[in-house]
Amino acid sequence: MSKITIPFGPQHVALKEPENFMLVLEGEQITGSTINLGYNHRGMEKAAEGRTYIQDLYLIERVCGICSHSHTTCYITNVEELAKCETPKRALAIRTLVAELERVHSHLLWIGVAGYEMGFETLFMYTWRDREQVLDCLELLSGNRVHYSINTIGGVRRDVSAEQKAEVMKRINYLVERTNYYIKLATEEPTVLARTQNVGKLPKNVAIERNAVGPTARASGIISDVRKDDPYLIYGELDFKAISHDTCDVFGRLVVRALELVESYKIIKQVLNNLPEGPIAVKVPMRIAPGEAVNHYEAPRGEDIHYLKSNGTDKPERLKVRAPTLANLQSVSYMLEGGWMADVPLVIAAIDPCMSCTDRAVVWDPKKGKKQTYGWEELRKLAIEQYRRRGVDFTRL
Amino acid sequence: MDAIIPLVKITVFPGFLFLAVYGMFLQWVDRKLCATMQNRMGPPWFQPIADFIKLLAKEVIIPDEADNVMFRVLPFFAMAAVMTALFSIPVWGTAMFSFQGDLIAVIYLLTIPTVTFFLAGWSSKSPYATVGSMRVLTQLFAYEVPLMLSLIGPAILAGSWNITEISAFFAARPSLIPAQLLGFLAAIIALQGKLERLPFDIPHAKNEIAGGQFTEYSGRLLNFFLLAVDMELVVGAALLNAVFLGGALGLTGAAAIGLFLAKTLAITFLLALLKVLMARIRIEQMINFCWKYLAPVAMAQVLFDIFLKYKIG
Repeated sequence: MSKITIPFGPQHVALKEPENFMLVLEGEQITGSTINLGYNHRGMEKAAEGRTYIQDLYLIERVCGICSHSHTTCYITNVEELAKCETPKRALAIRTLVAELERVHSHLLWIGVAGYEMGFETLFMYTWRDREQVLDCLELLSGNRVHYSINTIGGVRRDVSAEQKAEVMKRINYLVERTNYYIKLATEEPTVLARTQNVGKLPKNVAIERNAVGPTARASGIISDVRKDDPYLIYGELDFKAISHDTCDVFGRLVVRALELVESYKIIKQVLNNLPEGPIAVKVPMRIAPGEAVNHYEAPRGEDIHYLKSNGTDKPERLKVRAPTLANLQSVSYMLEGGWMADVPLVIAAIDPCMSCTDRAVVWDPKKGKKQTYGWEELRKLAIEQYRRRGVDFTRL
Repeated sequence: MDAIIPLVKITVFPGFLFLAVYGMFLQWVDRKLCATMQNRMGPPWFQPIADFIKLLAKEVIIPDEADNVMFRVLPFFAMAAVMTALFSIPVWGTAMFSFQGDLIAVIYLLTIPTVTFFLAGWSSKSPYATVGSMRVLTQLFAYEVPLMLSLIGPAILAGSWNITEISAFFAARPSLIPAQLLGFLAAIIALQGKLERLPFDIPHAKNEIAGGQFTEYSGRLLNFFLLAVDMELVVGAALLNAVFLGGALGLTGAAAIGLFLAKTLAITFLLALLKVLMARIRIEQMINFCWKYLAPVAMAQVLFDIFLKYKIG
């Protein structure tokens, strides 16, 4: 049978963000794939250098729509480490609370997306309706549904009242019930099993080799959870399990996420019941002494790493974000190989990709065969050039 | 006058107008039922009509690579085949053109839309459409045999290849209807495959190959394809109603109309239920399922019917 190459993205129904996968098909089977990044470069790291630490907080929050709290918490831990500030216990607990609510919302969203990609629209509708509960919780606690903005340097911006505690508890109890239903559905419904079992295999050794993180790694039998390995916030004092599964396929990833939901509910209840007393924030000076800090954080999608370099002013010298999707993308081409065309959306969705977190601009000249990364000056020049062609002159700006 | 009555029959009832209107109505019922089962609102009753009018007003884009004539005529071919099939199926009362062997003719006529889907995808010459059209054909070989087998059962029992006669046979002996349950269920599942609905919407699985065989279609042409699918739903439901459920059960007038509506709505409900309950399966899983389970079930019904016929003489 002759081979055909099919573009999967950057504009495709299954991908919510622009990313390109070139698939070589032999009939319905995939014999090769190439991943092309670079459709969604936003220049955030560079932009962060031009803003103060407080302003960066709002910028970093927008690295990702789903794990907004993850990125700010990781960034803020770096800032607080450099500023040598002692964050109050209550603030850490509230950050943990929001972090786990965020994980619940992200995993529920993922289960819905997975259902949608395997053509199970009912599952999608159900989980997304239940996800509203946790979004309401987040709105109640922080005032916002998606970008919570609850973190500030030295603590959090809002306290949790007793009424809020009771309301969140009520909704979490409802979600516990629903999640048990989803676990039952995911492990018993025959069509779900048919679509997920033995799909997108990623053996343990390959997962280690390709540096998989988060639920993707845990579904391949690797117990790697930053919350356990290197406890941050107040995770060291909490009682929860690091979930792992050894089927190494999409089914494993589904089960891991569903069981992690249950663990998250446990954590939320513990935090709510034992919220430490005290202030929620301390004052931190605007200027931060020179230094470097690296921190990692278990985002819903896996390990998120932030690097921060300060130079004594109120603006960072360099900020580097390594989002979990970048680590997991290497595994995708392995998982796609030899699979079915029909499984491509599901396999890609199974790492819970977040391209806007990940994308970096790299220019590749096919004629010369060389790669080059754009800096600020070149990007600025290109942008001015492009707008001039449309008749707008930005040269003086 | 003699010429006008068939013309009215073809254009108004039970022809084009009835099929189109009832097809849109069933589409709305299907969407509303799915929405209710999926815990959401669903569209208002005029949504299918609004969609229809909107698509009519849209620009038709024909790819440069595509075969211009083929690309344009295929939607009308699909629609014409579905309409022709209805003329031999009793809607309420008798069929318009009833003849010995019309069951086979209807099965053939209902295969034509599927073939036009394949040709539509193939003549669009785009990668997604090509993959989609290959899937259309592969899927055709999976569900067509169980569908035919399950329709043969009642025909053997009634001793006729005429749909109207089969219907009359069951209307005279309602006690035999429950005995066709297995074949009826097999036919419902195969019909779901024929209509390319979840879990068998593999040819145009939107997450995988975007619009599948219809990727390059737009505007009016796409509209008539979609209308043909809606009409196919009516014809499929009417066919199952006539072959398995005894048609009008000997009733006439308003009662027959009510019975037809009730039974086609019930069949639509079953189809919607199937759509909501399951995830889309892969093409090779579909073929396995159809040949391993569905065809033997339909075959068992045929054997049972032969036995039953021998028993009742």
